[in-house]
Order: sequence, then C-alpha cells, then structure tokens
Amino acid sequence: MFIRLSAAIAALSLLGSAALAQGAKPTDPQIAHIAYTAGVIDINAAKQAISKAGNKDVKAFAEDMVRDHEAVNKQALDLVKKLKVTPEDNDTSKALSKQATDKLAELNKLKGADYDKAYVANEIAYHKTVNSALETQLIPSASNAELKSLLQTGLKIFQGHQQHAEQIAAKLK
Amino acid sequence: MRPGHCLPFIAALLLGAAVVPAHAATIQITIDNLVFVPAEISAQVGDTIEWINKDVFAHTATARNGDFDVTTPPKKTVTSVLKKAGSVEYYCRYHPNMKAVLTIAP
Repeated sequence: MFIRLSAAIAALSLLGSAALAQGAKPTDPQIAHIAYTAGVIDINAAKQAISKAGNKDVKAFAEDMVRDHEAVNKQALDLVKKLKVTPEDNDTSKALSKQATDKLAELNKLKGADYDKAYVANEIAYHKTVNSALETQLIPSASNAELKSLLQTGLKIFQGHQQHAEQIAAKLK
Repeated sequence: MRPGHCLPFIAALLLGAAVVPAHAATIQITIDNLVFVPAEISAQVGDTIEWINKDVFAHTATARNGDFDVTTPPKKTVTSVLKKAGSVEYYCRYHPNMKAVLTIAP
C-alpha cells in the first residue's frame, strides 16, 4: 500500500517537474486545460467512489468532490468563454489523464474497506500534488487576472478537500 | 375593574420583559471566497444569525462543540437562532480550512 502510494506520488511529482522542464511556462490556454482536466479526473474518481465505497463518510466526501469540482469547472468554462480563450491540450494534461486512468483501474480492483482507504489516500496525495502545482506553477504563470483569481479560489477549495480527506483517513484507521 | 387590581399584572409584565433579552438582534455573517466575514463576532443567546453564502459552493457553519451545524447552499442565505452561550469555534465541514469564532453572551 505504502509502496504503491509513494510510487503514485513519485509519478505525479515527475509530471510536475516534466512540465516545468519544458522550459517555457505554461500559457493561459494550457493552464485552463490543466486545471479543467485536474477537476475532471477528481470527478471521475469520485463517481467510482460513490458506487464502490462502503463507508458513509467516504461516500459523502465523494459527493462533495463531484459537487465542488463541477462548480469550479463550470466557473472555468464560463471564464474561458468570456475571455474567448480555447483551452489547449498539452503534455501535462495528457500525463495527468494517463496517470488517472491507471489509478482508476487499480482502485477498481479493490473492495470494501481496502477500497475506501485507498481512495481516500489517493485523494490526499492527488490534492497535495494539484495544490503544489497550483501554488508553484499554475498560479504564478497565469497572466490573466481573472484566471489567476479563479485558480486561487480553486487552491483554497482543494486545500479544504485535502484537510477533509486527511480527517476521514484518520477516522478510517 | 379598579386600577389597583391591574398593578400586579403590569409589574409582572415589566419583570418578565426584563428577563427576556431586551431585543434579539439579527447578525449577518457572510461567506465569500471561502472566508467567514467577520472572522470573529459577538452575539447574544436569542440573536438570529443570517448566514449569507456568496460562493458558488455549498458550505457549512459547524460548531466544534456541537452547538450548531448549519448548511448553506450556494448563493443562498440561511438563518439560525443562537440557543447556547459560549465562545464557539466553528468551521466548514466540507472545507475545514475555513474557520471562525462566534462569542455568544448569555
């Protein structure tokens, strides 16, 4: 479990540095795509949890994730429409999606309490990674003030999710 | 009815009025961009709190000591009446990084 989790974190950290290693900082259309993709990934993980989780706190948490990430992504879509920006697919978005598909398949093999723990552990790790990417890469790189502000709101929401997931993880032990 | 008979009744009314808080106030606490504003506020038992959620996200105002737990849907205002005195730390269950304090006088 620990090994698998650290492997996942290492892979995600690599993603961050790989994106940074491209040299040029991401453009606003790329940032919008990355942020939106990160939200979709968490919504998909939550939908799996709503159907698979046994623990009621875990299920409720997954419902919170769908509601909040859909609300953030709706704001993101409204903003790109207003700014007439077309989100642009990029290596970071692709790597995030690939990683997430693998993780969903891995989680899908688990059952009961094992699944609940693994889902919550992954939520903690995933939100940590996304929050760190927002803080160190996406927010500083965003040039449009409204996009920057939306990312900052996203960061506060996701830091809340991370703490919430940590509280649930502590109760599952 | 002789005037003398009314006096005890009036006195009781006046005394009763003195025991009930003079005027229960309505206090607004706004939730804006994941922050409770003001972060610290004083109130009295019997006061009504108007929780004004300006966010597109659902939040809660949940007392750590269990005295209240109010859910505020996105872009909605919810009211609750304070029933117990105390200095109450509260937070949002969905986003536990949102914290504030409500000091409720008896």
